[in-house]
Amino acid sequence: MKLHTISLFLTLTAFWLLNSGHNTLLILLLGLASVLLVLVIVHKMDVVDHESQPLHLTRNLFSYYLWLTKEIIKANIIVVKHIWLGNKSISPTLRRIKISQKTDMGKVIYANSITLTPGTVAIDLIDDEVVVHALLKQDIESLLAGEMDRRVSQLER
Amino acid sequence: MDIIINISGALFLLMGSFLCISGGVGLLRFPDFYTRMHAVGVTDTLGAGMILIGLMCYSPDFLTFSKLVMILLLTLLIGPTTSHVLAKAAMHNNLMPKLQQEDNIEETSSSNY
Amino acid sequence: MLIAATLAIFVAMILAIIRGIVGPTLYDRILAVNMFGTKTVLLISLLGFVMGRPEFLDIAIVYALINFISVIGVLRYSDTNKFKHTSADEKPLDKEY
Repeated sequence: MKLHTISLFLTLTAFWLLNSGHNTLLILLLGLASVLLVLVIVHKMDVVDHESQPLHLTRNLFSYYLWLTKEIIKANIIVVKHIWLGNKSISPTLRRIKISQKTDMGKVIYANSITLTPGTVAIDLIDDEVVVHALLKQDIESLLAGEMDRRVSQLER
Repeated sequence: MDIIINISGALFLLMGSFLCISGGVGLLRFPDFYTRMHAVGVTDTLGAGMILIGLMCYSPDFLTFSKLVMILLLTLLIGPTTSHVLAKAAMHNNLMPKLQQEDNIEETSSSNY
Repeated sequence: MLIAATLAIFVAMILAIIRGIVGPTLYDRILAVNMFGTKTVLLISLLGFVMGRPEFLDIAIVYALINFISVIGVLRYSDTNKFKHTSADEKPLDKEY
């Protein structure tokens, strides 16, 4: 709890400093006051926990982001190719896919990664299945192969 | 050094412009709502990303740079959220996608939708 | 190059507007408006650099947030029953599905 509050304080302070760009004492004090006000409100709402500040994920997060960026670039090239090739070349598919993540956080990260990659969109998340619409049949097959699933599970641990 | 940064910035901007126009063309060409969503996904992720990275190469000071990073993070957070909510709302209001394979249609019609 | 990119964004915005006017279902229109909004954010940042005034980026951030909230607002409204009745009247438009 304490760690999450400190992390939220640092995030808010960095956000404020980068947005303001003024360095006089009065403005800085006003900024500090607003950050503290936000912290008080957030504590009353009781939303400072491992879900809003997922510190336990930080260890593996950056390698996952790197891999996800690579995947996004590859998927973009494929989708742009099929945009210019026209309607004959696409094969829209709707499919339910089993997911192996246990926590809500892992499920959300997986579904969000599916949506962030162009060519696949996660439409609904029911218990341990996710409904995916894909532009191409190959995209569904590569999701079923489970590379992304494995990496998200690794991130979760 | 300056010249290299300027040229790479121009290249990023060029790629971003191409991706954005491709996304617009896809939005017009694709046959139904769900496929059009993928075209918008292209402009939301890599199109916006390339243009903002190109602008980062031109940015005069650190503050501008950090604001561009902030806009990039915002677009990357907002894009998937809106397309997911849009797809879910469309699905719940019984707008079915055009599909190619027969077995897929059977599979989905036997499900909750 | 900045000006060329600005023109490209303009072209993409025009394409999105065409889809917004033609679009057979309501969701096509919301999708087009959403894409128009994200393109506006890019346009504002590009114009800031073309005019040499990077302060425009603040406006771009605010515009991104407003765009997000407006789309989510429209879609939350679409979950209510009232909306479903009105969209049932529009059904003949998308007969092909």
